[in-house]
Amino acid sequence: MPRAMATNLPAKTDKIEETELVLRQVLADVLGLAPGQVAGFSADSGLFGYLPELDSMAVAGLLTEIEDRLDILIEDDEIDGEMLETFGALLAFVTDKRQAV
Amino acid sequence: MLGTWPCPEQIPGNSCDELAICCDTGGDRRVLVLPALFEEANKLRHFTVEVMRELQQRGVTSVLPDLAGCNESLQVLGEQTMASWQDQARAAASHFNATHILTIRGGALLDPGHLPGVRYAPIEGLNLLRGMLRTRVISDKEAGMNSDRDTLLEQGKAHGLTLAGYRLGPAMIAQLADALPPHSMATQIAHSAVGGGALWLRAEPAHEPQQAAKLATLVADETG
Repeated sequence: MPRAMATNLPAKTDKIEETELVLRQVLADVLGLAPGQVAGFSADSGLFGYLPELDSMAVAGLLTEIEDRLDILIEDDEIDGEMLETFGALLAFVTDKRQAV
Repeated sequence: MLGTWPCPEQIPGNSCDELAICCDTGGDRRVLVLPALFEEANKLRHFTVEVMRELQQRGVTSVLPDLAGCNESLQVLGEQTMASWQDQARAAASHFNATHILTIRGGALLDPGHLPGVRYAPIEGLNLLRGMLRTRVISDKEAGMNSDRDTLLEQGKAHGLTLAGYRLGPAMIAQLADALPPHSMATQIAHSAVGGGALWLRAEPAHEPQQAAKLATLVADETG
């Protein structure tokens, strides 16, 4: 569903930056980190399998929150270890999803 | 602070003693707390009790009853349904002479509806269930098995299912899938009114005192 802002679509780069910002915010909420700490996440920062607190339950919550905040739908068969492995991989997946909306 | 209450069983007329946490002020404002459900209850347990302590400081009594199959209860969770929990919530409201209600997240699904108060960040049953089903899909994948939520849901409705460590019976899953917060006299407030990161999202249970204080203020204002 297009959002209300569809009448004033932001430029593509804005959308990518917004996606990254939201993703960092959701990670901060899930991991209980200060925004500054999550700002330090790079593309190579390990997530699922690297952070012990990020178990299947936390990842489920993370993905659901990303769906809600970015207005996307993530199918069960799209979830795999690779897209959850690093911050960069998850960001790339979510960015692709948003471009496809 | 700890007591018991006669929680109705599914056989009409029968009841069993369940635990209840009570923060009593002796005043006439009495809030029944219906907590978040399943894993969210774990994430929000500290927060929930802290809200009750904060309410006490504001002169408001609150009580948090264990529902059958939850926390210290010896009843079997797999035999509970949303309907049995709704009955229990209604019985608790009456037993504790509640004048107001505070529901947290999925607790809104059990709201008897006749009490004013606060409905904090309610969630629909299907959304709650889909989050738990997704947890199962991800842990299945980790174990090298492929599953999907729609098939699991159908399986659960027919035979029951263990989701996020909770063994839920078929009736519970079927009722949860259709459960919507009922009409209520309570005022609905979104998490944004409390501020900070939502504690039910945390990978590990956590606590932020200012969130508990803020919610207690909102509840106390409603009861005042």
